[in-house]
Amino acid sequence: MATVLVLVTTADGSADKVALQALALGRQLAAGGAVHALVIGDAGVAAGLGAWGATDVHLAQHPALDAPAPDAAARILDDLAGSLGADFVIGPGTEEGNTVLARAAARGGLPFAANCTVVTPGSPVLVTRARWGGSLLEEAAIVAERAVLTVAAHVLEAVETGGSAAVTAFTPQLDDADLAVRVVGRVPAPSGGVSLSDAKVVVSGGRGAGSADGFGPVVELASLLGAAVGCSRAVTIAGWRPHTEQVGQTGTKIAPELYIAAGISGATQHLAGCKGAKRLLAINKDPEAPIMTAADYAVIGDMAEVLPAISAEIRRTRGA
Amino acid sequence: MATFPSSAKVVIIGAGIVGNSIAYHLANLGWKDIVQVDKGPMPNPGGSTGHASNFIYYVDHNKEMTALTIESANQYRAWGVYTECGGMEVARSETRMNELRRRMDSAKNWGVDSARLLTPAEVKELVPFINEEILVGAFYVPEVGVCDSLRFGTLCREKAEEMGALQVWGNTEVTDLGVEDGQIKRVVTTRGTIEAEYVVIACGVWAPKVAEMAGAFIPLTPVVHQMADYGPVPVFEKSTKAIEYPIVRDMDVLMYERQDGIGFEVGSYAHRSILHDPEEIPSVEEAKLSPTEFPFTQEDFDPQLEDALELFPEILGDEKVGQKYAINGLISLTPDGMPVLGETPEVKNLWSACAVWVKEGPAVGKSIAEWMTYGEPRIDCNQSDISRFHAHQKTRQHTKRRAFEAFPKTYGIVHPAEQYLSDRPLRKSPMYEWHLAHGGEMFEVAGWERAQWYNSNAPLVEKYGVQQRPNEWDARWWSPIINAEHLAMRESAGIFDLSAFAIFDILGTGALDSVQRVCLRQMDVAPGRVVYTPVLSEAGGFKSDLTVMRLARDHFRVVTGGAHGMADLKWFKDHLAPMASIVDLTTAYTTVGLWGPNARRILAKLTRADISHGAFKFGTCRTLEVGSQVVLASRISYVGDLGWELYVPMEQGQRLWDELWEAGQAFGITACGMGVYGTPGRLEKSFRAYGAELDDDYNVVEADMAPAKVKAQDFIGRDALLRHMGEPPAAVCCTLTVDDHTSSSGERRYMLGRQPITLADGSPITDRKGRRSYVTSAGAGPSLGKHLLMAYLPPEHAVEGTKLCVQYFNELYPVTVARVGSKPLFDPDNDRIRA
Amino acid sequence: MRVLVCVKRVPAVAGRITLTEDERAIDTKYVGFQVGPHEECAVEEAVRLVEAHGGEAVVLTLGPAEAIEQLREAMAIGAARAIHLVTGGEEWDAESTAGAIVDAIREDEAANGPFDLVLVGNEAADSGGYQVGVRIGRALGRPTVTGIKALSVADGVARAEQEAAGGRNVFEVRTPAVLAVLEGINLPRYPSVPGRLRAKSKPVATSSPARPAQRLDLRRLVVPVAEAKQAQVLGRGPEAAPAVVELLASVGVL
Repeated sequence: MATVLVLVTTADGSADKVALQALALGRQLAAGGAVHALVIGDAGVAAGLGAWGATDVHLAQHPALDAPAPDAAARILDDLAGSLGADFVIGPGTEEGNTVLARAAARGGLPFAANCTVVTPGSPVLVTRARWGGSLLEEAAIVAERAVLTVAAHVLEAVETGGSAAVTAFTPQLDDADLAVRVVGRVPAPSGGVSLSDAKVVVSGGRGAGSADGFGPVVELASLLGAAVGCSRAVTIAGWRPHTEQVGQTGTKIAPELYIAAGISGATQHLAGCKGAKRLLAINKDPEAPIMTAADYAVIGDMAEVLPAISAEIRRTRGA
Repeated sequence: MATFPSSAKVVIIGAGIVGNSIAYHLANLGWKDIVQVDKGPMPNPGGSTGHASNFIYYVDHNKEMTALTIESANQYRAWGVYTECGGMEVARSETRMNELRRRMDSAKNWGVDSARLLTPAEVKELVPFINEEILVGAFYVPEVGVCDSLRFGTLCREKAEEMGALQVWGNTEVTDLGVEDGQIKRVVTTRGTIEAEYVVIACGVWAPKVAEMAGAFIPLTPVVHQMADYGPVPVFEKSTKAIEYPIVRDMDVLMYERQDGIGFEVGSYAHRSILHDPEEIPSVEEAKLSPTEFPFTQEDFDPQLEDALELFPEILGDEKVGQKYAINGLISLTPDGMPVLGETPEVKNLWSACAVWVKEGPAVGKSIAEWMTYGEPRIDCNQSDISRFHAHQKTRQHTKRRAFEAFPKTYGIVHPAEQYLSDRPLRKSPMYEWHLAHGGEMFEVAGWERAQWYNSNAPLVEKYGVQQRPNEWDARWWSPIINAEHLAMRESAGIFDLSAFAIFDILGTGALDSVQRVCLRQMDVAPGRVVYTPVLSEAGGFKSDLTVMRLARDHFRVVTGGAHGMADLKWFKDHLAPMASIVDLTTAYTTVGLWGPNARRILAKLTRADISHGAFKFGTCRTLEVGSQVVLASRISYVGDLGWELYVPMEQGQRLWDELWEAGQAFGITACGMGVYGTPGRLEKSFRAYGAELDDDYNVVEADMAPAKVKAQDFIGRDALLRHMGEPPAAVCCTLTVDDHTSSSGERRYMLGRQPITLADGSPITDRKGRRSYVTSAGAGPSLGKHLLMAYLPPEHAVEGTKLCVQYFNELYPVTVARVGSKPLFDPDNDRIRA
Repeated sequence: MRVLVCVKRVPAVAGRITLTEDERAIDTKYVGFQVGPHEECAVEEAVRLVEAHGGEAVVLTLGPAEAIEQLREAMAIGAARAIHLVTGGEEWDAESTAGAIVDAIREDEAANGPFDLVLVGNEAADSGGYQVGVRIGRALGRPTVTGIKALSVADGVARAEQEAAGGRNVFEVRTPAVLAVLEGINLPRYPSVPGRLRAKSKPVATSSPARPAQRLDLRRLVVPVAEAKQAQVLGRGPEAAPAVVELLASVGVL
């Protein structure tokens, strides 16, 4: 039995999916012990967490917390972990989760393991964690009295237990230093284009496009499908497309229903960014390109010929 | 997808420039059922072709290399994948400028008449962004250009596929080669096994590994060549073509630079030699970019950058021009810098087409296809022939040591007599220590250490009044002692260590048929006769020249030069008649040469045999008792004096040498180095040498070596010989003398060979077959007091007394045609030899 | 403005990853090394800030002796000098790394005055720890912002934009601050030849900090076995178009 504290981050009134996955891991690790969930601000989310396995829900409410403040979140988490005597402090392996858990660990003078895929309780706690965007796994020991870690996204399933949990609302103690880093404004995403991370379909081009002009057929097919345009890192380095379109370990990680990768060989860096795609269609001259080992469907051919043919075929079927 | 074939006429391993060219040319010559495999993905499987800089410079000092290069450029051009942009080699120093003047000589030799020298101002006109202030001048050839080797390869495969002759399998790795009874049988790949009649290894840096699967050797080593790409270059943004400005080879710092679109490519041969083993090359999956593009080692490149910056400050000094891409590209290097072509001596029907650069690829493809089809290529590939290697030269260690030494020579100024220094000594004759003790200046051939001259003979220089050559280049790897030793031999006697001779015996009831088939001369002679004979190719060119002793009815002994010995051995093996066998006895016997007017007197002191002219005629051989040894003595001469080649078992050589030396003291015997044997001794007699006068481009009639009567028995090249004898020769091998050695700066110059023979105005001489007249051999004729040249001249110039010129370092020197044909200037009636 | 940028030497992984025999590192025989992509952008950002505001960009790394190559790269781009915390080649966990960097910052600042900004990559390309910047900020008591895709500095305030769902979060923090940047914040320049040559003579201060006991203790690395998918080939060349459209329809994305 262990005491577990899970940070459940929220967005737009619901819990992050990855945070619910973290909760599922927390339940496993608790092994019958208490599964505490911490929610900052959102009472609605807090109320629903019992159904996802939390035994106790802590809702932090503070007037300063209407805008995200990672140091404040970290303090609340660290203080709560201390008062609960938590053995595990767990968060989602997202940008937000990683930065808050890292800050909490720094505060508490503890090590921090980001993006774990397997956690084995014991002394020390053993973890398996993702490196290189998941292309490599590390087995490591957390040598500390409390294990602070995040759960790699989309490795575990969130589990709906159908249980319920009491919500304890509290006002955390925060001072100016905790609020020095705080969101002061928002820059909305440019309207018009489809957001890469949320797109249902992504059409990407790689080095095979040959030039910036070679992206014409990619953009054409994407607009026909209402899809987002993506590209590989080689393309952004060459300056053919902006980095905002880069799919990969150091670009955007995508999870569309269908990913069309044209003229992309499939370097480690790229595959790390499109693992979340449900289906992958690769269009490549080389039937043995590494991307093929990750693809569900393939067309062998030059993207400069294949993509326009697909667009033409779509127009033909729509026209008919 | 088609099913993987289970059999093929020929399997080509490798889909780089070479494999692709071979596939096309084989198909073009009518071959069908060709299967090409490569372990990498098509169309760019990731070998050296994929990262080649692709430019083609026309002029090499080497005739064979130039021929392959120009033929390749013509093929690229014909298929529209060649961009002519011009290319220059620039000189930062007067020493380099001299080398470029020598390039002008080679350009004229091989017919590249557009070549010219540029002043720094002219360089600036062609390459406006160069810093001409640090230049002395340049050598420029407007036909130089850049090819698209990948596109060419794709066209090759497509055309061969269209002819229904070829199928190509990428991502197919060869894992084993099957050999039965010394013949290639099958290729085992990751997709399946192919039974094959022929297999061609054309996989470059991987070739040694693949050849080993069959028990064969392809001696090459992968070596790093650094390249980096800089950009964007503002001055190129206005270019309308991908390459508008001439390519610049910055020879003094061993680098090249060229425009590539809006980028500027910088390549270097100046860094340390970085060698790898074929086994170290990663798989396609493991490699970051391509298996042959290793991570760039910036620290090796940095020193070169300073040199490049000095020449191109406008481009490389621009803070906005960045290093965009840089690799350590792997290329192939061999122990002697030449490609490795032809059927492997170890395995029948297993061919090598390796260590070939993009600039030679298409011509090599064509040559290999011709060779496989007709038994010989149109372009003489003798210096690239895989059969040239001696056993030690096939080893990894020797290959790497020599390649390590050769790498900086890529753009170096290499003297024609320059010696390799690494991995020596390797083969020592029994007299090796004696040579060292007598100040032997050791040169190497085929691994053998040989004294070129003996410094202990230095006092002879004064005795004979031999002059030193004033110009350092002319005197490099040379000594006046050579001429002095020569004169001492002519006066009394000289003793020579000829251990490097390749010797093989042909035995059995089929022995006579075997030698008859290979040799031009009548071999059915009485036992005890020695016959000097040309060996011809089917087309009537020279494959070799050598001597054959008939030791018994069914026993012939072939003696040939060490350098070419292994190629001769393969040629004899390939044409062995039934019931004959061949045994390599090279290392069983050493040969001591004894020549000079006193040779008979010296030998007579040691033998009780009658060796008078009447009892031991020229052109015969027999065993003699010499002291406590039984010696096979052969009365022939390559130096133009009375004497013998004396053969004894290797372990007895020193004893024989010592006894001859002792007996010769009373006569003033002189130890003579190979400098005498190879040059003045030979040239005074106008003896032709294989690789100089004798090659595949000239025939027996032109060499003036035709027999009075062609033997009735068939032999290789007989039809061609009869044809050649029935037509007037297009050129005749002549001996010329230099009339005036004085250069424009007042220095006496001595030509070393391979210079153009020209008319008085410097215009080249071309025979009706399109061949240029050039100096095939050059050297001193100390007994004649003349510097001698040999050259083929068309009939209108092949007239004794004709005044012509020789071009040396781009200057003209008057010469006179002294002899037409094989009649020598020295002892023209051979009275001395037959004394 | 004085900017410190921290970089890490990482293998230039692209193809199949193979491990060393002890399974504690990537076999780098064929792959070479580079600065991680985020940090490459951090260096560019540091240089741009100094170009715009004047001052000095200093590059720091904790890594083996060979990491001098990465420091030279950064100096070729415009960093004025380098601080090299030399390790024996073994990996350091994020906590020890941050600790050594903090010590080095304190030492350098004592001699040369404070850094207005410390830039780091958001996470190391290889170990992906997501924490070195945060720990540096915590130890030095400086505000830390992570995940930065845009940055401007004026009047002692750094305005940083962080990628977030549906747009970007804007942070404004007072300098001195620690900022963890992401690739894409800029397009890094390539080093020029003069830059490369200047870099050779720029000063590098070296020291060899002791490696503390590891609290996130690497035991071994494992290359995950990817499920070998057998892609269904829809066709070759443009003729495959109808089959592709059929697929689009069946997936419901048409």
